[in-house]
Amino acid sequence: MSNIKEFDCRPVSQEGAESPMAWTHQHHESRPAGPNPGVRIAEKAFLGHLILRGGAIVLDEAVRDVLGIALPGRPNTMTQNDAGTHSVQWLGPDEWLVIVPGGEEFELEAKLRKALGDAHFSIVNVSGGQTVLTLSGTNAREVLMKSVVYDVHPSAFPVGKGVTTVFAKATAIIRRPAEDHWELVVRRSFADYTYRWLLDAAAEYGVTQERA
Amino acid sequence: MFHIYCPYCDEYREEEEFHPSGQAHLRRPADPANSTDDEWGGYLFFRDNERGVHHEMWLHAVGCRKFFNMTRNSATYEIYETYKMGERPSVTAENVGDLKRQSGVQAETSGWQTVGARPESESLNEEEQA
Ligand SMILES: [Zn+2]
Repeated sequence: MSNIKEFDCRPVSQEGAESPMAWTHQHHESRPAGPNPGVRIAEKAFLGHLILRGGAIVLDEAVRDVLGIALPGRPNTMTQNDAGTHSVQWLGPDEWLVIVPGGEEFELEAKLRKALGDAHFSIVNVSGGQTVLTLSGTNAREVLMKSVVYDVHPSAFPVGKGVTTVFAKATAIIRRPAEDHWELVVRRSFADYTYRWLLDAAAEYGVTQERA
Repeated sequence: MFHIYCPYCDEYREEEEFHPSGQAHLRRPADPANSTDDEWGGYLFFRDNERGVHHEMWLHAVGCRKFFNMTRNSATYEIYETYKMGERPSVTAENVGDLKRQSGVQAETSGWQTVGARPESESLNEEEQA
C-alpha cells in the first residue's frame, strides 16, 4: 500500500456548490432558442474526475477489478460502462482520465490505490478543476467544425473516440461517447470562454441551453 | 502549416497542437562536476544550426503532452520522419540522398536547396568554403 495521505475534498453537503459554469450562468441571459434549435448545450456538473498515470498493464488490471471497465489501450479512444455513467479515456501513453458520477471519486481512488498496491502509479483527483459540457442536435458537428482543428467527420471521429486538442485557441478534451452527442471536458479557467464561444458558434443554428 | 505525425497518438495532427523544443539527441556529460567548461558549456548552450537534415525534439503540447523526435529539413521544411524518445533516426544527413533517389525524387546533394534562398553573391559563400 502506498504511503499516501488521502482526503475527500468533496464537501458533505453540495448545497451552495458552484460548477465552473456558475459565473457564466449568473452573468449571461439565456438566448432565445428560436423555433427549431439545431444545437443543445448542457452541462454535466459535479462529476468525479480522476487522472490515472502509470503503466497500461497494471492500471488495466486494477481498473477492470474496481470499475469493471477495460482501460482503453489504443490512443485517442475511450471505454465506458453500458449505462454511460462511468468512463475511462486515453490521454497519453501513460495517462488516463476516469469520469464517474459525483461523490464516487474518493471511494474509487481508495479502491484503486488498494488494488494497485506498491506499483508505480499516480492518481490525482481533478474533479474541481474541470467540467463536462454536452453538445447534441443536428448541427452539433458544424459547431465543432468551426471550433477545432481536429477532423470531426464521422469517418475520422467514430463513436468511442476522444482527443485532447485545440478548441478556439484554448484546450479541450473532445469525445464522442454516443452517436447522438459529443462531450467537451473543459478546464475551470476556460469554462466561461468555451461556453460563450459555443453559444456564439451555435447561434446561427439556434441553440437551447440546459442549466445544471 | 505542418501536418505532424505524433508517434504516441499514432496519427497526424495539426502543427497548432505542437511546440518545437530544440535539437534532439543531446547527451548530458556523465560526470558534470568533472567535465571541462567546453563540455558543460557545449551541452548547456551550444546547438547545431544545420541547413538541411536536422534532428529535433517536439512536444505534443495540446494532445498527449509527450516529447518525441523529428527529422526535418530546415531548408525545405520537409518532414522525413518522427520517432519516439529513445529511438534512433532512420533518416540522416548521410543517407537522405540515397533515400530520395530510391523514391524517384531528384535530390540535391549540395548547395542551396530552397528556391529564392540563393544569396545575392554566391561568391561570398564560395570564399567561405575555400
Ligand atoms: Zn501525441
